[in-house]
Amino acid sequence: MSPRFFSAVPTVGEALDLPAVTEERTVLVALAGQPNVGKSTVFNLLTGLNQHVGNWPGKTVERKEGAFTLNGTTYRLVDLPGTYSLTANSAEEIVAREFIIRERPDVVVALVDAAILERSLYLVAELLSLPAPVVVGLNMIDVARQEGVEIEPEVLAAALGVPVVPMIATKNVGVRELSETVDRVASGEIPYTPKPPQIRADHQEVLEEIERLIVGCVPDPYPQDWVALKLLEGDQEVTRMMRSCLSDERWEEVHDVLRAHDDALVAVAGGRYEWIGRMVRAAMTRPKAGQISLTERLDRWATHPLWGLLILAGILGLVFGLTYTVASPLMDFLDTYVVGGLADLARAALARAPAWLSGLVVDGVIGGVGSVLTFLPILLIFFAVMGTLEDMGYMARAAYVMDGFMHMMGLHGKSFLPLFLGFGCNVPAVLGTRVIESRRARLLTILLAPLIPCTARMAIVAFIAPAFFGPAATLVSWGLVLLALAVLALSGVLINNLIFRGQRAAFIMELPLYHLPNWRTIGLLVWQRSMEFVRKAGTLILGVSVVVWALSVMPGGDVEHSYLAAIGRWLEPAGRLMGLDWRLIVALLTSFIAKENSIATLGVLFGAGEGPGLADVLATTFPPSTGLAFLAMQMLFIPCLATVAVIRQETRSWGWTLFNLAFLLLVSWVTGVGVFWLANLVGL
Amino acid sequence: MRNRSKTDPAVRSSPSTSASDNESVFLSVMRPGERGVVVGLAGGRGLLCRMASLGFTPGAEVTVIQNFGRGPLIAQVRGARIALGRGEARKIQVRKVAL
Repeated sequence: MSPRFFSAVPTVGEALDLPAVTEERTVLVALAGQPNVGKSTVFNLLTGLNQHVGNWPGKTVERKEGAFTLNGTTYRLVDLPGTYSLTANSAEEIVAREFIIRERPDVVVALVDAAILERSLYLVAELLSLPAPVVVGLNMIDVARQEGVEIEPEVLAAALGVPVVPMIATKNVGVRELSETVDRVASGEIPYTPKPPQIRADHQEVLEEIERLIVGCVPDPYPQDWVALKLLEGDQEVTRMMRSCLSDERWEEVHDVLRAHDDALVAVAGGRYEWIGRMVRAAMTRPKAGQISLTERLDRWATHPLWGLLILAGILGLVFGLTYTVASPLMDFLDTYVVGGLADLARAALARAPAWLSGLVVDGVIGGVGSVLTFLPILLIFFAVMGTLEDMGYMARAAYVMDGFMHMMGLHGKSFLPLFLGFGCNVPAVLGTRVIESRRARLLTILLAPLIPCTARMAIVAFIAPAFFGPAATLVSWGLVLLALAVLALSGVLINNLIFRGQRAAFIMELPLYHLPNWRTIGLLVWQRSMEFVRKAGTLILGVSVVVWALSVMPGGDVEHSYLAAIGRWLEPAGRLMGLDWRLIVALLTSFIAKENSIATLGVLFGAGEGPGLADVLATTFPPSTGLAFLAMQMLFIPCLATVAVIRQETRSWGWTLFNLAFLLLVSWVTGVGVFWLANLVGL
Repeated sequence: MRNRSKTDPAVRSSPSTSASDNESVFLSVMRPGERGVVVGLAGGRGLLCRMASLGFTPGAEVTVIQNFGRGPLIAQVRGARIALGRGEARKIQVRKVAL
């Protein structure tokens, strides 16, 4: 595979970096479909590794684009976000329809799930109203058969007036036929004569009236009848667009008509389903009543309020087991041999170079590379597990059983799994929030993820607590974990009510049919997500590592007299409220690079190395109340640099990233002071 | 919307199916296995749009698959299984159909 496929984030309309094909035709194909219809599987089968992954310009929506060649024709395939409809409810829906309207693809492949044909065709009903020829890929006919649903593709094709290709994408059945059909539609060999849905008779008149009012005022390239229909549906984007295009008097007229028909949204949707009913009537044979499907049998357990929780707990146990048995040794190996070896090599090579250069390379650059590299094993496992659970259809069940609990914090059921896995490491927790469709719930989950005590933070607690608290150390550790979770819950309620004004994403979610995971799809996902981490977060981690290293050695060459120490001394008044001196503050600051750096810094500043002696020195220098406050602050302090880098990567906003850091700084300081005073009060 | 986690008393004391034919109820009080036809939807535009695109429109046949009287429930509509919070299920009005 060539690295160039991951080298750039293409923008809409930007030409792909393809081999020169001047005489040959290039056909632009958009791949559309509802969630869980096997879109990624088809996309990967068609394009292989020849794909770009990026974001749609200005959106947090992932954009995948690839290319393939068939019979001398090159196809540019753009994967549209999976959406249930094309009404401007979410960024995904806007991205999908804007692409079709503005870029005018030669063909739109609409993938539908044969096992839930009626619901899948809802998107097709919307696509047929747009100005691009549609080819229907009737996927998962094997699953449909299992569920007792039989469909005759020719009959469906005759009813819709568009080609219908039966497929089993997971077994690579019908994918070639699909691309051949696309070719024949693009070249005009198959005449395109769609029979799009008409609005219900009782709304025909009002639709015509709106069309008459807006005629000649609809901006290019939007189709006039589509704009009229979307106005009737109350689509916010189209309404905004037309308000700015029409004169005030004309807009008032349109607005009056719309106000008199504000129930039209449900009527239009109902009309589409009536049309779908007519389309499938002749083509589909339904299962006999009383037939119990595999999904139904599995769901009796997986969505049960008690058994469902136990199954979820079992799966989480397996994930953690896998992480500790596979990822931890790998991380140690990478850290000791690869990063350590590199550092030794560099040190030897730079033996005669000035000390600052050797320090920069060994501690700054290689240290930064090391922290990116050592995160990879845990990320690989995490992406593989999340991908597998999502692909099999289990993720929605986990969200279902946890929704009641997560709801109390203003979160969504789907927030649970990423947050819980944050106990292992906060980085995958933030990256894992992509499974949450609601943008607000996703942002809130990202903001709260750093409050989950990760293993690196727990390691610091395990190192310091015994010296201060002796046999009570375990109790103190558990108390600190509970404290962190309580702060998380409180912060959730607080942020949700203050910033999001208590709104909650509606909990209405499809539970897809279970099916066997597709390893190819999961493999590609793991690869792409990991590369994205290295490319985006990795660069930031490396850059900031070097800066913080520089601050910790300049100007004198040691930490005690560095700029970082100066910052620590400057912050000392804030720390004194809980008994912290500048050395403990500097330790907190260096934990920004990686949490375990705290210990190393304390070792240097107290001249005690990193052995158990250090903890004893701390315990004799500071009272237990300060020790407790320091540990509490360590638990809630701003997360490590890698976590910050992925928060920036996932929110695509420095504003939210900085807000998150400021929030955590404030919360940890307030909690630290609170813990200190409480501890003094009870006489610790 | 905020009291989703509280028990729905109507589920426990729901009258037998035969007596409640043609009666319009909220989806949230239907028991597992009961079928009905959607007769009305309530809610803001965003929620209506989402419910409609997932298959809940007047005339759609719904079968409740799981409903423990508290917490979210599962219903089958237009061939798909949809999980809904109690608040959302209270916005869907259904006329029961005899089994």
